Amino acid sequence: MATVELTFSALPAHVRTARLVATAIARRTGVEESLLDEVRLAVGEACSRAVEAHRAHCPGEPIRIELKDDSGRFEVTVSDQAPSDEIKQEQPLDLGMLSDSFMSGFGIAVIAGLADDVEVFPSPKGMRIRMSWPAATNGHAPI
Amino acid sequence: MDLKLDHHNEDRLTIVEVEGEIDVYTAPRLRELLIDLVNKGNFHLLVNMEKVDFLDSTGLGVLVGGLKRVRAHDGSLELVCTQERILKIFRITGLTKVFGIYASVDEAKEAHGKDK
Repeated sequence: MATVELTFSALPAHVRTARLVATAIARRTGVEESLLDEVRLAVGEACSRAVEAHRAHCPGEPIRIELKDDSGRFEVTVSDQAPSDEIKQEQPLDLGMLSDSFMSGFGIAVIAGLADDVEVFPSPKGMRIRMSWPAATNGHAPI
Repeated sequence: MDLKLDHHNEDRLTIVEVEGEIDVYTAPRLRELLIDLVNKGNFHLLVNMEKVDFLDSTGLGVLVGGLKRVRAHDGSLELVCTQERILKIFRITGLTKVFGIYASVDEAKEAHGKDK
């Protein structure tokens, strides 16, 4: 099992870096090219949500990403330290209800729509989003 | 890639050209532009996303915010987008029901002309 860990301060500019790192490691791990856009978007969503949460609650604390090549799966876990009670909504869309708070839940909805396997663990001490995609069993993409 | 923004008017329609990545870092610039256009009386906006490489939920939020603003003036905010990876995000979130999405600027202009 190979693991890469990345921590970054809660600045929007770093989210792009996190996306790029995750996509590069996903490619190296053997995730299919057709899934790389999904990895990029899902990791970006998780990191954006974490950055916004930290900026509201604990701007000085870092956000942590763990990227693992584990038994034929590429697994990404994004952990923040901001208290959360994340909303889960499945309702017909009405423009009037698309308030900023509703839109903040869109990130999770997008991740759920993209990742092959997602678990969200909200807690008063922070949220952990774990997601994974199928990867090459030997953990290395063809060169 | 960073975000490049440009806009011009054609008849009653304001065409906003967007190029690059719309995410939590760059979306505020698009938000500012849309607010500025509405404040200056441009209530029919067409956002051309054909050169957008990346769009996340922050970008969706900005587009929804723009739509709410123009609708307050009986205006419209529609999109030009044919890229499957961008369209997928609109489908996942159900926003294909909220925005008019066209395959080209000409198609959008033609549809807009019929609505006049």
